[in-house]
Amino acid sequence: MPSSKSISVDVDGVTYTDDVEPRLLLVQYLRERLGKTGTLIGCDTTNCGACTVHLDGVSVKSCTMFAVQADGHQVTTIEGLAQDGKLAPMQEAFHQCHALQCGFCTPGMIMQSTSLLKENPHPTETEIREGLEGNLCRCTGYQNIVAAVKSVADGVEYGDSGVSVAESLVDGNAETAGVS
Amino acid sequence: MIPSAFDYAAPATVEEALGLLSKAAADGNDVKVLAGGQSLIPVMKLRMADPSLVVDLGRIGGLSGVTDNGNSLVIGAMTPHHVMATDPLVAQHLPLLQQAAATVADPQVRHRGTFGGALVHADPAGDMPAPVLATGATFVLAGPGGERRVDAADFFQGYFTTAVEEGEILTSIEVPKYTGWGSHYEKFTRVAQQWSIVAVAALVRVEGGGIAEARIGLTNMASTPLRATGVEAALAGAPLTVEAITAACSHAGEGTEPASDLNGDAGYRKHLAQVLATRAVLAAVGL
Repeated sequence: MPSSKSISVDVDGVTYTDDVEPRLLLVQYLRERLGKTGTLIGCDTTNCGACTVHLDGVSVKSCTMFAVQADGHQVTTIEGLAQDGKLAPMQEAFHQCHALQCGFCTPGMIMQSTSLLKENPHPTETEIREGLEGNLCRCTGYQNIVAAVKSVADGVEYGDSGVSVAESLVDGNAETAGVS
Repeated sequence: MIPSAFDYAAPATVEEALGLLSKAAADGNDVKVLAGGQSLIPVMKLRMADPSLVVDLGRIGGLSGVTDNGNSLVIGAMTPHHVMATDPLVAQHLPLLQQAAATVADPQVRHRGTFGGALVHADPAGDMPAPVLATGATFVLAGPGGERRVDAADFFQGYFTTAVEEGEILTSIEVPKYTGWGSHYEKFTRVAQQWSIVAVAALVRVEGGGIAEARIGLTNMASTPLRATGVEAALAGAPLTVEAITAACSHAGEGTEPASDLNGDAGYRKHLAQVLATRAVLAAVGL
């Protein structure tokens, strides 16, 4: 019987030590062991990007990595982006640009968009679209997603809205319904 | 989807990894070597592979990175595609590999997936084998008997099959520099992040207003990557004209045995090879 392995992983700033089966996928570890269900499983076949997280600061698909491979590494999920209750700029931009329809792809889109701007702070629209080629939005709501990423790259400040993480969850639809 | 259960080992050195491989063979265990995992893990999740032991090379130092070795670049087998697509040495001396690496899958997969892993996986539709074949690279393998070097022409042996024997590990690839050569990788897909339906890798040396030498690799035109030798012969000495290049590239389907599938039948792929070869060579020479 295969033996479990002890791993120690920093996830969203907290170090977790756990025994895991080698076959446990990183996304399962995040969702089922740590309860971080903000990271979603979409296709489970490395295509859709819904499970995108950052490993040591770069985007990876957490359905295509074993939790044991993350031993000793730093993982950031969508739940680790907001600081002190304030949305990160990319989250704020997605909120303000209404860059979502059903919202299923959103955590992965935000994680990949954040990684993209780290590597290329001023992408063209084409570079944004190519940078998001590993993330599928089956509502086909790409237009506003690209606009949101572009707005962050252009330095658009949404600070005045003062939307907190909790408020954005409650008021998101009401706020954006007025944007046309 | 959850893979079958397996034992996992993450050796710290190549020697330790080789020891694990030979012990597994002696014990009759089915072992898989894990590099970036962007092909192996999906295959294990689909249970098309269910090894009893996975040996992860991810903790071995010194297997990743690009170093200048005079007339060649030595590329560590664990170098991620993302590094291949952004490394300044690769950009300067092997822009063909830089361009091909940037077309692999998507950014997340390029962060994890590795140059050596893709070459050993040897998917006929994979983007790295044909450009590497065109460069005439040398593969450096570590095994129980020491180091072994294999020419690119002998490395790819069949569908998902290479010269890497059981118990061996690809450690690096030595790729001759093509500084100053024109190059282009022309990939045809229907949708983003797709495997190549067909792709053509072109390396072209222009001298005195004509083509002096060309090396052309074909992706997904057989069970292995191929050199388009008919095109290469026809291009040697050809003038720099659209007509001459188009005529030379009409040989691109010769000697190929492409598969027929939902993306296109063999005849369609042979036609694509000619069209894409023409585009690749024209782009390589700046026409």
